[in-house]
Amino acid sequence: MSDLKSGSNLEKVLKAGHFAFTGECGPPKGADVEHLKEKFQYLKGNVDAVNVTDNQTAVVRMSSLAASKLMIDEGLEPNFQMVTRDRNRLAIMSDILGAYALGIRNMLCLSGDHQTFGNNPQAKNVHDIDSMQLIALVKKMRDEEKFMNDEDIDVAPKMFIGAACNPFADPYEYRVYRLANKIEAGADFIQTQCIFNMDKFRDFMKKAVDMGLHKKCYILAGVTPMKNAGMANFMSKFVPGMDIPASIIKRLKGVDKKNQAEEGIKFALEQVEEFKEMKGVAGVHMMAIEWEHMVPEIAERAKVLPRPVV
Amino acid sequence: MIVADQKSLKEILAMVKDNKKILIVGCKGCVTVCNVGGLKEVEILASIMKIARKKQGNDIDIDIKVLERQCDNEYVAEISDIINDYEAVISLACGVGPQFLSEMYKEKIIYPGLNTTFFGGATEHGVWEERCAGCGSCAIHDFAGLCPIARCAKSLMNGPCGGSSDGVCEINKDTVCIWDTIVQKKIKAGQLEDLIGVKGLKNWRTARDGGPRRSIREELVQGNI
Ligand code: SF4
Repeated sequence: MSDLKSGSNLEKVLKAGHFAFTGECGPPKGADVEHLKEKFQYLKGNVDAVNVTDNQTAVVRMSSLAASKLMIDEGLEPNFQMVTRDRNRLAIMSDILGAYALGIRNMLCLSGDHQTFGNNPQAKNVHDIDSMQLIALVKKMRDEEKFMNDEDIDVAPKMFIGAACNPFADPYEYRVYRLANKIEAGADFIQTQCIFNMDKFRDFMKKAVDMGLHKKCYILAGVTPMKNAGMANFMSKFVPGMDIPASIIKRLKGVDKKNQAEEGIKFALEQVEEFKEMKGVAGVHMMAIEWEHMVPEIAERAKVLPRPVV
Repeated sequence: MIVADQKSLKEILAMVKDNKKILIVGCKGCVTVCNVGGLKEVEILASIMKIARKKQGNDIDIDIKVLERQCDNEYVAEISDIINDYEAVISLACGVGPQFLSEMYKEKIIYPGLNTTFFGGATEHGVWEERCAGCGSCAIHDFAGLCPIARCAKSLMNGPCGGSSDGVCEINKDTVCIWDTIVQKKIKAGQLEDLIGVKGLKNWRTARDGGPRRSIREELVQGNI
């Protein structure tokens, strides 16, 4: 395989210098494959890869591995999310091999929200390894073709390695160094937490660029269009690590209730335009949470269509 | 020290509902220090249990005894003469105590009167906090002298996670984000470079994950010391 690490579509798009556009899809709270396939159709052709979330907010859902495979069968490229909350290193390595065997080529390495947020707060939290170590593990399996214990792997999983970054969590001064650590661990691409505080993100990116991090790794800016002021309020209060400036909530509240969704989309589109020009930003990760059917319109209006074929 | 909380009276009464004569055994070790299993607590428990049972019209006979320690067979043996006078024993010690009692007095029913919570210390009068997870391979010097295994809700070796906000952990507002504290301490000391780079996987074999643990001091076993 040429000089590509995984050969995933996302990797090829980024490597070719295109402005990447990724989407997100949460598996169902059940085994409703038909509904999932319906959601896929909104994303197909409109994004380069789709994050398949792994029991997000610690609520049990269909496994991200299974949903990723269903996605491949429908002709989309998944970005398989894996949290370290629910698996020890044995399960992690085994799932990575399984994922690769099923055709998965992108992985996003996460620690996961603490289980107290979810619907099984009584659960044991595993955390045998953390997200940083997961990145290093996927890299080792790919590049050295070895397991964590240094045993050889016969056919090694060649993953394009993703990691998350939240510039809005504290302590802010350390966040750019933590990003650097993730890149050193082996992250090929980064998807940031949803960005609402643009001033802070501009400052963060400047720091990242000053450190040359954008040259070592593709940084995708996270965008979530708000459906209404209530959603903005809720996220600001209850989702850990969210930084939603009062001005955004005010802007949404400033329009009629029935127009708030449009206002939310407008803000997201303004963000995408700025990210296209922002130094160090290689693409956008569009998290239209339970709003997949809006992605075609958002992608169209963001002028990111058609998606490159590489 | 080992910190414990007292079980509710309701739970304790339910345990001994069929017993008419019991012994409550306290411990002068950690649980005396954290005010849950010393003489005072043993006396109080005995009297409120008697009152409660009397109210139910089902009197109970309770004697009390406080041992030097319940984690040492030498002291546990001190009740061998009297234990057969009782149908059951409530141990007000950490989880070690009722097990030492169960192992020595094999026929006896031993009830735990406490919930053992953690290894920690008092941070203010009446408040105890967890500090150590007993992982069997201490590395706090790598983390500004603070333990992320015990004190980070996700036991992250490479924190802080994306949920850290204003020095507080994502799980609730009353929990300090220990990773925030670690980073702030390193920044203040001008040692941020210690947090550059990736900390490798932890070997959990020395922790409970490797199975129940045992410490053997050869020199003591051989009687040299
Ligand atoms: S907020 Fe801090 S203490 Fe809580 S899980 Fe994240 S890193 Fe650990």
